[in-house]
Amino acid sequence: MARLVILGDKCIGCGQCIDVCPFGVLKMGDDNIPEVPEDCRFCNVCVEACPVDAIVIEGAEEQPEKDLGAYRGVWVFGEQRHHKIQPVVRELIGKGRELADKRDTYLGVVVLGHNIEEEVKGLAHYGVDKVFYADDKALEDYRAEPYSRICSRLVREYKPEIVLAGATTTGRSFLSRVAVDVYAGLTADCTGLDISEEGLLLQTRPAFGGNIMATIITPNHRPQMSTVRHKVMKEAERGEEKPIEIIRVEIGEEDVVSRTTIIEFVEEIEETVNLTEADIIVSGGRGLGDPENFSYIRDLAKALGGAVGSSRAAVDAGWIPYSHQVGQTGKTVQPKLYVACGISGAVQHLVGMGSSKTIVAINKDPAAPIFDVADIGIVGDLFQVIPAVIRELETRK
Amino acid sequence: MRIIVLAKQVPETTEVTVDPETGTLRREGVPAIVNPFDTYAIEEGVRIKERLGGEVTVVSMGPPQAEAVLREAISVGADKGVLVTDRAFAGSDTWATSCVLAAACRTLGFDIIIAGKQAIDGDTAQVGPGVAMHLGIPQVTYVRRIDQIDGEHAVVERLLEDGYEVVETPIPALFTVVKEVNEPRLPSLRGKMAARKAEIRRLTADDIGVDSKRVGLEGSPTRVMKVFSPPKRSGGEKWEGLEPSEAAQKLVCTLRDSQVI
Ligand SMILES: Cc1cc2nc3c(=O)[nH]c(=O)nc-3n(C[C@H](O)[C@H](O)[C@H](O)COP(=O)(O)OP(=O)(O)OC[C@H]3O[C@@H](n4cnc5c(N)ncnc54)[C@H](O)[C@@H]3O)c2cc1C
Ligand SMILES: Nc1ncnc2c1ncn2[C@@H]1O[C@H](COP(=O)(O)O)[C@@H](O)[C@H]1O
Repeated sequence: MARLVILGDKCIGCGQCIDVCPFGVLKMGDDNIPEVPEDCRFCNVCVEACPVDAIVIEGAEEQPEKDLGAYRGVWVFGEQRHHKIQPVVRELIGKGRELADKRDTYLGVVVLGHNIEEEVKGLAHYGVDKVFYADDKALEDYRAEPYSRICSRLVREYKPEIVLAGATTTGRSFLSRVAVDVYAGLTADCTGLDISEEGLLLQTRPAFGGNIMATIITPNHRPQMSTVRHKVMKEAERGEEKPIEIIRVEIGEEDVVSRTTIIEFVEEIEETVNLTEADIIVSGGRGLGDPENFSYIRDLAKALGGAVGSSRAAVDAGWIPYSHQVGQTGKTVQPKLYVACGISGAVQHLVGMGSSKTIVAINKDPAAPIFDVADIGIVGDLFQVIPAVIRELETRK
Repeated sequence: MRIIVLAKQVPETTEVTVDPETGTLRREGVPAIVNPFDTYAIEEGVRIKERLGGEVTVVSMGPPQAEAVLREAISVGADKGVLVTDRAFAGSDTWATSCVLAAACRTLGFDIIIAGKQAIDGDTAQVGPGVAMHLGIPQVTYVRRIDQIDGEHAVVERLLEDGYEVVETPIPALFTVVKEVNEPRLPSLRGKMAARKAEIRRLTADDIGVDSKRVGLEGSPTRVMKVFSPPKRSGGEKWEGLEPSEAAQKLVCTLRDSQVI
């Protein structure tokens, strides 16, 4: 069993560990040595902070069960929807190429789908070395069981060192199953990826509503798997076509067995852009006062070529479907530009959009907390400012 | 119908703030709450029970104080609370957590399992699918509506980035739910009484028969290497008292100049 151990002969009772403990579970004991907490989360913060190396985590130095050196290659899950490889895949390829080069290995893309030969061949323009292509009618749409079964099988067979997928509904749903199946580590929603000299994938991600960042590693298991947040990694650019090796994955009947069946798919996006993929998001809140007034948001979104988001207040009022909600109980987005209109900027909203590159706020209350995070804050009436902005955009195309 | 709901106690993360001087988290007085997504899972479990009969058992893995989550669940209509707690579980990542929760579900017996979409402390959304995989049962994630359900199968709507799909699954199955699925009720007086009196069953590693090498820090493939505060975002310019047209012009110019648009 893992334990946090405070070495009494080394500890100088300075209490720094107590100060830094993000979970507040370390307490000073009577003998001026911190007590070993019952509910330690093993986050390593105190171990690093201790000036005299008096804190160690014991009982976790297990031997790798696998031959780690046998794992080579960086894989990207080439998510396709409706026969199109999704934009997030190019971001993963951009990052994956960098990691593969650092590890001096190949970059592979795994595509599960049907009749998307052209899409697969198109990957040759993006610096991909290999594609593992499983083509079967039953793989046209994502279903958890076939997708995870096939992916696990490929992992066992080809032993990649790193596997990346977009932190999409699909990526998060099936990669968790693969990780359990092959006993690998999986880190969710990464916003930073790097590699150490020894080949450890340094996976950085926000936690606690973005209040802290954590870097996660997978020391003794392979592959090292992450889902990656949209719009954070730089997209691979289209370049010269380079030869790629296409490995056709044999699919048998037993591979595609699925207990769940999709009866139908109903498309439900208002504009043509979906929220998590959008570079620009225009969001409206209670300040709109009325469901009809969402037209202001839609018009501005259209003028900017962006997607429509909203605060929870607007969703709860029934002005716009839940799928547009940004924030703690909605979506987390990180677009290049986020325009918040008539949104006060409650913390629950801020955790969903606070890491957007540029934030613009339009609000008539100069004291609204949204202004504390906005790069550009316009204090004014959205019903006047938005039409003026649209006019400005149109006259100066 | 034997319904298990998985619910986690989390800190109210929005009240966790970073001390600007020391760069550490300030947690004093930060309340522990039921993970918001799990409140929808609990409500959905109770609604299914009300329709089909049966029993809702809420299961939480965590330290002794996580019992509060179970009592809260009982106050809004759950029948039983089970706390899966053992020192051996400390340091579990999503792999080990789903291993423990799956073993607990197997021990208790179930027809369906409902989890929240994700927990707001870790935000991983990995535990639900992980539990389904450990148990070898089908899963439907991001459920926004349960259309039909009986002892044999269920038809549900699954929310995606660009719409929703209607999915049919046999039972047993695991669902993870989003906020849209329902509006949780408030506790009734009777519920509150029941919650106070309820006996919370505790299960240890031995009770659920998990291999100690597969749980806790030891069983977890991932390790936290370090934790740090993100660079704090501060407000930029605030334009007050400008005519709308003036503000609009300035905005568009600034955004174009900095190539944001
Ligand atoms: C567990 C939990 C989870 C939550 N999750 C989320 C979440 O995911 N996302 C989310 O957004 N919220 C969430 N909330 C709710 C959050 O606390 C706020 O209630 C919500 O964000 C407020 O929405 P709002 O800013 O649109 O409304 P308000 O706070 O009412 O703000 C409206 C703003 O509009 C301005 N305004 C009014 N008229 C005009 C005008 N003509 N021109 C310009 N400005 C105008 C006002 O000055 C005001 O600042 C959650 C809450 C809880 C408890
Ligand atoms: N310790 C836990 N105890 C009970 N349920 C949990 C626990 N951790 C996660 N869950 C369930 O799994 C869901 C997803 O959590 P996560 O994968 O941590 O984001 C939550 O909404 C809960 O339903």
